[in-house]
Amino acid sequence: MSLRLELRGVRVPLAEFTLEVDLLLDRPVTTFFGPSGAGKTTLLEVIAGLRRPAAGVVALDGEVLTDADGGRKFVRPEYRQIGYVPQDGALFPHRTVEDNLRYGFRAGGPAWAEVVAALEIGSLLGRSVRELSGGERRRVALGRALLAAPRLLLLDEPLAGLDDALRDRLGAYLRRVRETFGVPMIQVTHAADEVVSLSDDVVVLAAGRVTRRGSPAELFVPTGEPQYRLRA
Amino acid sequence: MVSPETLRVLGFSLGVAALATALIIPPGYALAWLLARKQWRGKTLVESLVVLPLVLPPVATGLFLLYLLGARGPLGGLVSMLGAGDVLFTGKAVVLASAVMAFPLLVRTARVAFAGVDPRLEQVASTLGAGRARVAWTITLPLAAPGLAAAAVLAFARALGEFGATIMVAGYIPGETATLALSIYQQVQLGRDAAALGLAGLSLLLAFAAVALGEVIVRRARR
Repeated sequence: MSLRLELRGVRVPLAEFTLEVDLLLDRPVTTFFGPSGAGKTTLLEVIAGLRRPAAGVVALDGEVLTDADGGRKFVRPEYRQIGYVPQDGALFPHRTVEDNLRYGFRAGGPAWAEVVAALEIGSLLGRSVRELSGGERRRVALGRALLAAPRLLLLDEPLAGLDDALRDRLGAYLRRVRETFGVPMIQVTHAADEVVSLSDDVVVLAAGRVTRRGSPAELFVPTGEPQYRLRA
Repeated sequence: MVSPETLRVLGFSLGVAALATALIIPPGYALAWLLARKQWRGKTLVESLVVLPLVLPPVATGLFLLYLLGARGPLGGLVSMLGAGDVLFTGKAVVLASAVMAFPLLVRTARVAFAGVDPRLEQVASTLGAGRARVAWTITLPLAAPGLAAAAVLAFARALGEFGATIMVAGYIPGETATLALSIYQQVQLGRDAAALGLAGLSLLLAFAAVALGEVIVRRARR
């Protein structure tokens, strides 16, 4: 579960502002917290290799993945072994659940049976992706990413848009993934509850800058179970 | 009853349209993908050039082709160097004119098909370890397939009906360049209205079948 992700002088010009980040992430679960449009998803894309920054270096466990500072190095996403689960899961609609799960399968990572059991998706295997509910989609997407044996898992708003009951259940699945498979995770969210329940390290982003950084306990105060808000 | 001559014209027309469509599919799909997915220098110019045959009078396009492919034209020399022999006023010219005229329709329709594929699906596939070829083969092409098939059907139908450019570069030579469209015009010129109407009716049937096929493909994909 060890992780060492360096983001050195990463700069991405966006429409409203320029994302500028210097971070060293080394905790099992990190959360990028902030309002919509703060640059959180962009940062995930930079880490996954889906977007090239204008400047900066991205290195995972000592291996430089992106060097836009003169080294001109860029490892394509298919060689990074970094899992990426977008908000709605982005399941392949023309393939069954099982085909989706097998798409990126790589030996040496979480075992098939364990992933299927942990996420309780065994009964969905033969189904068409189009028939799945929102919660089922996200579990399958999570399973698909895990089965590709990622060194790091990026989750974009993993619990957003779900009702409270489903949110709790999926949150429990995420905790189970964390405990069972030990894959380091970075999640992006704008909802405080998700942050507090799951992460070791919180990076608060606003308009492309890191404004605060700390443990959930340092940054958040309970406002009555199960609600939290950012400390003043 | 359909005369043997009509059958021959019909067969030739279908063959020409099929060959023209087959010829433009590889470059057409590739260009459509580049237009839908990539930003590059000169893109706007290429976009405009691709549309030109759609808005130019087909006869004008035919005239340009005539000069380009003539013995002293810039492409004529190249063609004979490649050992293709004379192109003008042969079946090859008919195929070429049909291909050029169908190309814009193919590219525009295929472009929409590619643009309709959610790029995030391709991105996620790449994070799952799929290289560019595998992403194209397993994600992009299957998802764009209905639109790509519709594009091919449209291009085929357009090639089948081509007249203006064809008459310029191929003329009407019975048994050599006579397509359905050219034959209709020829029959009218000769005052054989009944024969012309018969051929026109045949064209109508073919066009209807092609359009219906396109609809079926698109509907199936929506299910």
